[in-house]
Amino acid sequence: MVDQKLRATIITGRTIDQGVGKELGKGSQEYYDNAAVVFLDKADMMKLGIRNGVPVRVTSKFGSVIVKARKFPRGSMPGLVFMPCGLWANAVCGDATYSMGMPMFKGFPVEVEPAPGQPVLTLDELLKEEFGRGL
Amino acid sequence: MTEVKSVVCPICGCLCDDLEVTVENNAIVKMKNGCSVCEAKMIHGYNSEERILKPMIRKDGKLVPVTMDEAIHKAAQILTDAKYPLLFGWSSSTSEAQRVGVELAEELGSALDNCCSVCHGPSVMATQEIGIPTCTLGQIRHRADLIVYWACNPWSSHPRHVERYTSFSEGRFEKSEWKDYIQKVKAASGKKKLEAAARQSRVIKYQPPPRPQTCTVDAPPQTIQKMGRKMIVFDVRKTMTAEAADYFVQVEPNKDYEILEALRCLINDQELDVEKVGGVPVEYLKEVADALVNCEFGVIFFGLGLTASAGRFRNIEIAISLTRDLNKKTKFVISPMRGHFNVTGANVVFAWQTGYPYALDFSQGYPQYNPGEFTAIDLLRRGDNDATLVISADPGAHFPKSAVQNMMKHPLIVINPDLNCISRLGDVVFPTQWCGIEYEGTAYRMDHVPIVLRKVVEPPEGVLNDEELLTKILAEVKRIKAEKAAKTPPKSTCATKKEEAN
Amino acid sequence: MTELLIKNGFVFDPINKINGEKMDIAIKDGKIVAAVNEKTAEIIDASGLTVMPGAVDIHTHIAGGEVNTGRILRPEDHVKDVERKTAITRSGVGYSIPSTFTTGYRYSKMGYTTVMNPSMAPLEAKHTHEELNDIPMVDKATYPLLGDWWFVLEYLSKDKIEECARHIAWMLSTTKGYAIKIVNPGGLESWGFGGNVHSIDDQVPNFCITPREIVRGLAKVNKLLNLPHSIHLHTNNLGLPGNYSTTLDTMKALEDIYTGDKPVCHITHLQFSSFAGDGWGNMKSAADEISKYINNHNHMTFDMGQVIFSETTTMTADGPFEFTLYQLSGHKWVNADVETETSGGIIPMHYKRTSAVNAIQWSIGLELALLITDPWKIFMTTDHPNGGPFFAYPKIMAWLTSRKARMAMLKKCHKKAQKRSLLPSIDRELSLYELAIVTRAGQAKALGLPNKGHLGVGADGDVAIYNINPETLDISKKFRTARRAFGNAAYTIKDGEILVKDGEIVKTASGRTMWLDVNTAEPCVVDEDMKRRFREYWTVEYDNYPVFDHCVKVPEKITVKASV
Repeated sequence: MVDQKLRATIITGRTIDQGVGKELGKGSQEYYDNAAVVFLDKADMMKLGIRNGVPVRVTSKFGSVIVKARKFPRGSMPGLVFMPCGLWANAVCGDATYSMGMPMFKGFPVEVEPAPGQPVLTLDELLKEEFGRGL
Repeated sequence: MTEVKSVVCPICGCLCDDLEVTVENNAIVKMKNGCSVCEAKMIHGYNSEERILKPMIRKDGKLVPVTMDEAIHKAAQILTDAKYPLLFGWSSSTSEAQRVGVELAEELGSALDNCCSVCHGPSVMATQEIGIPTCTLGQIRHRADLIVYWACNPWSSHPRHVERYTSFSEGRFEKSEWKDYIQKVKAASGKKKLEAAARQSRVIKYQPPPRPQTCTVDAPPQTIQKMGRKMIVFDVRKTMTAEAADYFVQVEPNKDYEILEALRCLINDQELDVEKVGGVPVEYLKEVADALVNCEFGVIFFGLGLTASAGRFRNIEIAISLTRDLNKKTKFVISPMRGHFNVTGANVVFAWQTGYPYALDFSQGYPQYNPGEFTAIDLLRRGDNDATLVISADPGAHFPKSAVQNMMKHPLIVINPDLNCISRLGDVVFPTQWCGIEYEGTAYRMDHVPIVLRKVVEPPEGVLNDEELLTKILAEVKRIKAEKAAKTPPKSTCATKKEEAN
Repeated sequence: MTELLIKNGFVFDPINKINGEKMDIAIKDGKIVAAVNEKTAEIIDASGLTVMPGAVDIHTHIAGGEVNTGRILRPEDHVKDVERKTAITRSGVGYSIPSTFTTGYRYSKMGYTTVMNPSMAPLEAKHTHEELNDIPMVDKATYPLLGDWWFVLEYLSKDKIEECARHIAWMLSTTKGYAIKIVNPGGLESWGFGGNVHSIDDQVPNFCITPREIVRGLAKVNKLLNLPHSIHLHTNNLGLPGNYSTTLDTMKALEDIYTGDKPVCHITHLQFSSFAGDGWGNMKSAADEISKYINNHNHMTFDMGQVIFSETTTMTADGPFEFTLYQLSGHKWVNADVETETSGGIIPMHYKRTSAVNAIQWSIGLELALLITDPWKIFMTTDHPNGGPFFAYPKIMAWLTSRKARMAMLKKCHKKAQKRSLLPSIDRELSLYELAIVTRAGQAKALGLPNKGHLGVGADGDVAIYNINPETLDISKKFRTARRAFGNAAYTIKDGEILVKDGEIVKTASGRTMWLDVNTAEPCVVDEDMKRRFREYWTVEYDNYPVFDHCVKVPEKITVKASV
């Protein structure tokens, strides 16, 4: 039985590949490849019926973005999804700080659903879409 | 071709200062000792196609190159015209530039905040509540026999932290754990090979041990009994760091507070009436508590997993409380894993000049401090500020979308060496030199140790460094203010600016 | 260039033995001269005013890692005391851990022109210097903490005094420091594993050495290097009841090193080292025993470490002591150990008149200053901010010069303290001449600063003028008037420039940072072995360790020729 949607908790954070990507340049292919992704547990991917590398839509109450799904390589973490920090992750993060200055980067609910055939926007495309601006 | 030794890496809070860099024709061609992130920046990133070489101003929706004087005038005009600007960033700049930044904010009567507010701001708040028993990283290298990484992943965010300062480093009283780790890796890869062989040949019926669906503890508890340095990792997922640990405890998201409090109970010899806390069986926590109490010198490193999860600064407060309690039984310290190479410096410089480390406001003519009020995200969320200057940071990529959208409603000035997200969105965009590559200056390591960054190559022609640029903007701001004051007799001083805004 | 003539003031210049004489002081190009051209010089009419050399503070924690961590720790300390930006001054916050600019301004308003920052972890020296660069109005210097540095422990345990001296010389120049600071010798290294030492003959774990050997060794090193100041010592067992015997032991241990010329040691904040009793319940003053010893010996100098009844912040490199305070108070606590060198701690503190212990401490400080008969031996400090913030100095000046002032305060104190205090039996009141010794001349002399603390020809043009007419005002009776005058200098003149007038800043100056360049006959060899040790001992490379020349904005290099 394939579920259409996965209800999960999201964590955003650093990965070393995203780190390399950001240092090479925000416009670099490496950054795009390593930041516009979401890591899912193997079991959750099976539930959603998706394979490594297919586009999925991640939606929270603050926003929605399409990124590539990746299998989280170590251990298991059902019900948890992880996005490397960057422009794509922040499309779903909220700005509530509970009066402490720190926005919502970790530990809030999202939904993940397959988005077959839909494009994963590049940095410049996503900036244009979100803020209507570019170079 | 010249070789430069003891170069300081301008990326993360580890501030490794043992890089050896080879320079040829004013370009870095080779380097030793750096991690992959460091190499990405020092060899390729600093010199990429996305480097900004000329100041730019947005005209008709497009960024077009202008002269430096025009850009400085435009930026100063924006800042003086605004009733309440916000100056944000500073974490990848030198402390010399940060000093000028404070003066600029004071002159403008503006808000002033640094990246700390979206990383370890809650750690600062917790420290202000109950203090912090901590130490420099060398102290840990020499003495710590128990290292706890809580909700942080140095393998990704501080790649040489483990090697230089904790488990794999060699100190006066503690030996390196590198050999043990190699053995463990060999055992693990042996297991993996066996599994792979089993899958391929299907001759050997290899059954991997069944994994419980709500997996909590991964490594066998007996590792905790062995001699030598030990490493425990608490995280919501099995990170690379967790893989290298002696003991990995997988916690449920947003449940760190409960687990820390449970550990406090356990080390204070109180009984817990539940079987599990935050997804972790109490029996495992008891073992961890034993390890915490029985070490000679223990340390907890924590990261954004604590500061950004539910509870924010309360998580840190309880972690520090645990450390305080442990000090009654043994020597224990706790330390935040500060991200950018000089975000600590931003706190340090702001504090010595104003008394406060971040979340500052000068609208009354003197420094005011209030996280939640003068922190960048909160100002943007409420739409308080009417212009923004961003320097050496990328809120475009690292602030929630809605905060950036609010930032875009008003003029935006960006100072950055290359085209990051926020400079792609700016109205006035300044190029600047890479500090630690093209100019020198002081930065503060995550443990507050100051290190002078080195210059290894010459900057592109006509590109100023942060300090020079800010000094020019400050001078232009003062000039415009004096001009205005001469035209309109006494009314708008910085002290009354905010009242006017209201 | 600029010439300044201060006319007709009552001059108190103890180094030149001038006691309230009505005379003129001339300054040219920042230095005191015999005379200037009266027609062209700027004239200050000081008739009816008291003229003294600019004041000197020998021990005040104003800059560096520890102080700044204190600032970050205590927003509640700043919020009650703010300074607005003006056309010439920067904004800031005050109270017990003021921001850097405010520190400079407030010292200057009290007539201070030289202040010494007594505690700097060598590894964090750059931080201290960056802050000192941002402290305007005063000249300053800073003492690196060297008592628990592994190199020192290793050399001294093998009795290699000369090698130790060469490394200390290297370290002083490398960190741009001014004197050898020793805090709880041996205790800080023990604190690395949570321990402490409890007498001067306890063994330091892992290093085969005792506090006695460390202090004696470094006092000998200090002599070999001919440093201007002596070793600057914070004793073992500081702040604990009964510690006066440790203090006496320490003083006795150094007797034979004295050769009759310069003092061999400065024990700082002596009040905290003069407790009798065997617990907090029966803690009492040992000022009597301590001052008797000091009155009979000449090999040391001291400062008070006076307690002020106010809220403040304690901060010291004595990590184990701060841990004791944490256990006593449960208050917010910072511990900050520094690899290979030292430790540190911070605890907020509220000294209350209603607390017997605090009131006894207050009494001890004054008892010491009054019972030690020679004012050249004990100087006025609060160990800012440990005993109280420095801007309370005028209060101490009033207590020292007026029996009436201190008895008024004693009456408000805890009954137990009143009963145990020696103050009622002390009639001594310091004269303005003696006050000038304990606030500037004595401190400058102990620091070995030949151009500070006096108004003789060739001295720096640093002058403080107070609105006190010694002919008409009896400061022992009108102590409130005197207190106001000391808090708001009529003029503060730094290097011949008027910075403060009538208690207000009229001009800013950056002030110099003094540091020692110690030349040894045979320099400290920095060979591969030392670099290797460096890499093993510290997490910073040898090349990145020094305070580079560009880190000090306005340096004043003082060259010292060592006899080793």
